[in-house]
Amino acid sequence: MIDLDKWQEIFNSIRRHPLRTVLTALGVFWGIFMLVLLLGAGQGLQNGVEYEFRDDATNSVWIRRGVTSLPYQGLPKGRQIEFTNEDYDMLAEHFNGVDQVTGRFYLSGDRTITVGRKSLSYPVRAVHPGHRYLENTIMESGRFINETDIKEYRKIAVIGKVAQKDLFGEAPPLGQKIKIGDIMYTVTGTYSDTGGDDEMRVIYIPISTAQKVYAGADEIHQLMFTTKDMELPAIQQLQEEVRGAFARRHQFDVEDRKALYIFGAAEEFQKFMNLFAAIRAFVWFVGLGSIVAGVIGVSNIMLIVVKDRTKEIGIRKALGATPRSIITMILQESILITAVAGYLGLLAGVGAISLMESIAVEYFRNPRVDLGVGLIATLVLVISGALAGLMPARKAAQINPIVAMRDQ
Amino acid sequence: MIRLRNIRKAYKTGYNQLEVLKGIDLDIEAGAFASIMGSSGSGKSTLLNIIGILDEYDNGDYQLDGKMIKGLSQTDAALYRNRFIGFVFQSFNLLPFKTAQENVALPLYYQKMDRKKRQDLAMEYLDMVGLADWAEHLPNQLSGGQQQRVAIARALITQPKVILADEPTGALDSKTSSEVMELFKKVNREGMTVIIVTHENDIAAMTRRIIRLRDGVIENDGTTVSSSS
Repeated sequence: MIDLDKWQEIFNSIRRHPLRTVLTALGVFWGIFMLVLLLGAGQGLQNGVEYEFRDDATNSVWIRRGVTSLPYQGLPKGRQIEFTNEDYDMLAEHFNGVDQVTGRFYLSGDRTITVGRKSLSYPVRAVHPGHRYLENTIMESGRFINETDIKEYRKIAVIGKVAQKDLFGEAPPLGQKIKIGDIMYTVTGTYSDTGGDDEMRVIYIPISTAQKVYAGADEIHQLMFTTKDMELPAIQQLQEEVRGAFARRHQFDVEDRKALYIFGAAEEFQKFMNLFAAIRAFVWFVGLGSIVAGVIGVSNIMLIVVKDRTKEIGIRKALGATPRSIITMILQESILITAVAGYLGLLAGVGAISLMESIAVEYFRNPRVDLGVGLIATLVLVISGALAGLMPARKAAQINPIVAMRDQ
Repeated sequence: MIRLRNIRKAYKTGYNQLEVLKGIDLDIEAGAFASIMGSSGSGKSTLLNIIGILDEYDNGDYQLDGKMIKGLSQTDAALYRNRFIGFVFQSFNLLPFKTAQENVALPLYYQKMDRKKRQDLAMEYLDMVGLADWAEHLPNQLSGGQQQRVAIARALITQPKVILADEPTGALDSKTSSEVMELFKKVNREGMTVIIVTHENDIAAMTRRIIRLRDGVIENDGTTVSSSS
């Protein structure tokens, strides 16, 4: 078998200089190792941030009240903007792109919740039915607040898993009475939330009930809505339309950014995604850079190999070795060193990443390298091995047998 | 077998041209046993390299067994060397990390001959030069004479048209020298064309024809007394 002979020649050559080969290979090994590690870590960072975003719908838009900072049509600056149920109705009815809408009415501070003889403190949020879509609330049992609850000012509560466990233990909570401050509510549902334990301590009650009981008016502290399936520019345009509508209703300058705060999660999400794209590009730049350094190392060593073997190559040529056979001999050795070292680097990188998986830090989650990256890396290796060997191989092919055999 | 007409060759050294061969006309028939002699600088090595297709010439014609050897590509030159020429060198030029058998088989590797077949053939040729028992030895485990016999076996294995030996006894003592020369004689008797480059008179005297070079031209070309022996 001709191929077997070729491989034998290559192993023979490598075996004559094991240390040199290993040190050379180390450069390539490190290059690939770093590339894989950085890519994996970058992915972990991205997964971590995506995970943090999971709590809230990424297509949510949050509207907060502000204080005007510009005078407008004779009105002085420094006016506090207030939301009412009419703002909620306008959001729900006048915009095509708006999907789910909710207002929030905050009860100041944590409230004391009493069940039987147990009294504990929890935050209470008074919301519309659409709120569950904004916070990605997952119903575990019963139901969330519905329109009838709002219309009839029902005293019902939906409690988070953590609160449920504290208050009821293993006992079924549905239909049970809880006291929020001095007022009795009936538990109609329990939920969980990906936002963590703090999000699962919250008690939700109908916003209309809260307005009636705790404020005596139709005030809303904050409005939120989700957009229908649309691209970022459309969402941004919608946000501007909403701002315009609020500016007309509340009579402030539409350019007055302090009168109304609109925060789009999609925009923020996109910013992160752009950041990660930049990080990825940077990682490839650095990673490829270190691979190039490794490859140049291989190329240098192959030059030395060719120089070492000048006489041998001269003899081979005298005996009838064609330039092509000399070139393939050197190229194969170069590709072999690069590919094996790179493959080990790939394995080590993947191994290091799976070790990192056990690290549980915020904004860092499931670092991994996908198959595509592995394939690209392999391709890069073989090509770079060939490139590394090309110059030395051509030098070898140009060896003059007479001159080569003369030196001792 | 070999037909040289007005072969000229010059080397550039800086701004000067050094003319090494100044018009060589030479015919060597098949089955010849010839030696090329001359002092260093006479152009004998250059002539040998041109005959061996290791070097190109500037002017003239060179025909080997009827084939014009001129302006060959590197690949063609390699193929012709492999098929037509068997080299034997002063410093043996065996590959130090290969056994005697592998060294002998190497030219056949470049003919892409099957491994088993070429190892068998190599064994045959090693046997012919009396080294069958040394097949598994590395060159540095062999004496100079043995190494040169391995090299001769390697030159013969492709059944070339001509054996070119460049100072084949230059690194050997007189006893081994004559053993090696006996081997060349034997090979020649079996019909192989053998050309030896040497500067030793007693070695040249063992061949049947001596071509003397001086300053790039043939000074003298004649048969030897010992040719009848």
